[in-house]
Amino acid sequence: MKKDIILAGVGGQGILTVAAILGTAAIKRGMNLKQAEVHGMSQRGGDVQSHLRLSDETIWSDLIPFGSADMILSVEPLEALRYLPYLKDDGWIITNSTPFKNIPNYPSEEDIYAEIKKIPNYVLLNADAKAKEQNASRSMNIVVLGAAIKHLGFSSEEIAEAIKTIFAPKGDAIVEANLRALQAGVDN
Amino acid sequence: MPKLMLLGDEALAQGALDAGISGFYGYPGTPSTEIIEYAQRSKQAEENKIHRTWSSNEKTALETALGMSALGKRAMVTMKHVGLNVAADPFMNSAVTGASGGLIVAVADDPSMHSSQNEQDSRYYGHFAMLPVLEPSNQQECYDMAFYGFELSEKFHIPVLLRLTTRLAHSRSGITRRNPLPQKEMKKPEDMFQFMLLPAIARKKYQHHLSLQKDFLAESENSAYNIYTAKRKNTKLGIITTGLAYNYLREAYHGDEIPYPVLKISQYPLPEKQIHQLYATCDELLVVEEGMPFAEEMIKGFAFPGLKPVHGRLDGYLPRAGELNPNLVAKALSLPDTIGRPVPEIVVGRPPALCVGCPHSDTFLSLNEVMADYGRGNVFSDIGCYTLGFMPPYNSINSCVDMGASITMAKGAADSGLFPAVAVIGDSTFCHSGITGLLDCVYDKANVMIIILDNSTTAMTGGQNYTGYGKLEDICLGIGVEKEHIRVFVPLKKNYPEIIQIYKEELAYNGVSVVIARRECIQTLKKKNKLETPE
Repeated sequence: MKKDIILAGVGGQGILTVAAILGTAAIKRGMNLKQAEVHGMSQRGGDVQSHLRLSDETIWSDLIPFGSADMILSVEPLEALRYLPYLKDDGWIITNSTPFKNIPNYPSEEDIYAEIKKIPNYVLLNADAKAKEQNASRSMNIVVLGAAIKHLGFSSEEIAEAIKTIFAPKGDAIVEANLRALQAGVDN
Repeated sequence: MPKLMLLGDEALAQGALDAGISGFYGYPGTPSTEIIEYAQRSKQAEENKIHRTWSSNEKTALETALGMSALGKRAMVTMKHVGLNVAADPFMNSAVTGASGGLIVAVADDPSMHSSQNEQDSRYYGHFAMLPVLEPSNQQECYDMAFYGFELSEKFHIPVLLRLTTRLAHSRSGITRRNPLPQKEMKKPEDMFQFMLLPAIARKKYQHHLSLQKDFLAESENSAYNIYTAKRKNTKLGIITTGLAYNYLREAYHGDEIPYPVLKISQYPLPEKQIHQLYATCDELLVVEEGMPFAEEMIKGFAFPGLKPVHGRLDGYLPRAGELNPNLVAKALSLPDTIGRPVPEIVVGRPPALCVGCPHSDTFLSLNEVMADYGRGNVFSDIGCYTLGFMPPYNSINSCVDMGASITMAKGAADSGLFPAVAVIGDSTFCHSGITGLLDCVYDKANVMIIILDNSTTAMTGGQNYTGYGKLEDICLGIGVEKEHIRVFVPLKKNYPEIIQIYKEELAYNGVSVVIARRECIQTLKKKNKLETPE
């Protein structure tokens, strides 16, 4: 198996946690991984992205070539569109529909959703609302991950295991909240 | 041992820990910060009492590491590329004194300037100092080269420059560890002339350094990190890659065998023997390197008629500026390019901005009220989050050049007759390189107002400690700023009347004023609150 995933969002929205969970699950399977992150100036409320590459074969480049990503997994709808040049023709966009508006010229939501719907394979879900329903309002990113995993070939059991590993140091309550968020995304 | 998933920075730190390092020294700077941060979190480092606190700046860090090396222990100094400008004096001279215990100067370059003022390439510094340079191409090499770098340093008693670039420093992959080595014993230098660069001694030591050059070349030509794959049918082209550019080449061929001979370079000086062989074998050369065209310029020299073409960044096969990616390398090889859908027109930029609740925001907005009478162009600033004060809605500052330049440029402006001349500098930046500039101001009784933004941390790089924390007033007093012209306020909306009054009074004073805006960084405050109140 080989999956190239662009993770997108705004600094502080938790895309690196999503990367860590997917990475942990992939390593458990014995896959190789490369994950390029963004640090520094760009994290200050700006757009951030991470290139996550998982493969049974050797992975060479830390960056995903344009036109070859299997998925754009975004925790913010405008950010999902920013990386379209990376997506391959039959790739998936899985994105939260809740906008993060920290710029004065943020486009209208209708226009953003219309652009997302032009992509043949897309999932557009209100991850903020679903996380809130589960009393896990800080786990919006995990809801989006839940909606993504079947298109990545991972089972919810594998991802749940990885969530337990990653969040264990933060205590049972946080692990449980994230497992509920994951399931809400899977059931979407 | 199971594989560890580490950033290139972290792999280098873990490698150094396993290779028996005794001290890390450095100043935070993207993309190098995570080397020391990793060592600071490491239980192994704690158990072995490895030094790993931050230094005031890159110069003090490099000198301290040199001192540790002089006593026979292994040391590493870390910095971003522009930090090596600050540390250039000890760097150039340490090449002549040489080292004793293994000394690695780890510098992370930032091509494409993701978080930097320029994209200078540290390999030129290595060449300038005539020292070996290591340039890992992947995370495992980052780990392994810590061992090799220390060995190479101790073999020739010289510092070794290790160059990282953003996409390696900040990319994660699996690392296989080796068995850890013990630290070296402390021992005084046997040669009391070694670190004594009096001219008569320096001349001899420089001759010795020159005599080592052939050995450094031989090391490169025999290095396991410089790999020449000669036996390929198609010799129309020969490809040279340096550092992580090799990965993009392999990606361009989807991991399949490359049809041309390839020389993969990760150790300098450039391996002349293999380059000569490649040149003799092939009709043309293509040089693919992350950063500036260092190898390309060296190989190409002057383009005399009759010489074979050498392609790369200098003739447009690859862009002259900016970092590489797999697509650029594929295009340079005339391979099919791939691209997805265009970015829709409605997508607007989301530039970085000061955080909601950032103390700098209140300092700038209140300053704007006072400066409105003078128009723009009077406020010199510096390197940090607050550089974003240039952007709307603030538009408060008009310079960002190098660490500490706010104070000294404001002084030069005041010397030219500008009034008012204001400097805005962060607390950590002030302790890095602002103190000496302030001393210049006091010495000349310059008419400047210096605002120190004290958010109690090095915020831009993620919240590191700094050496002058809690001492700012004492430092200013000690330098000779008059006590009544060291003013402190808390940058909050409700305090604007008081803040504006302070600004006005200090602008009216014909001399050096230091105004300290003190409120903790909203990010480090959030982190602390999270730790104190678990959900």
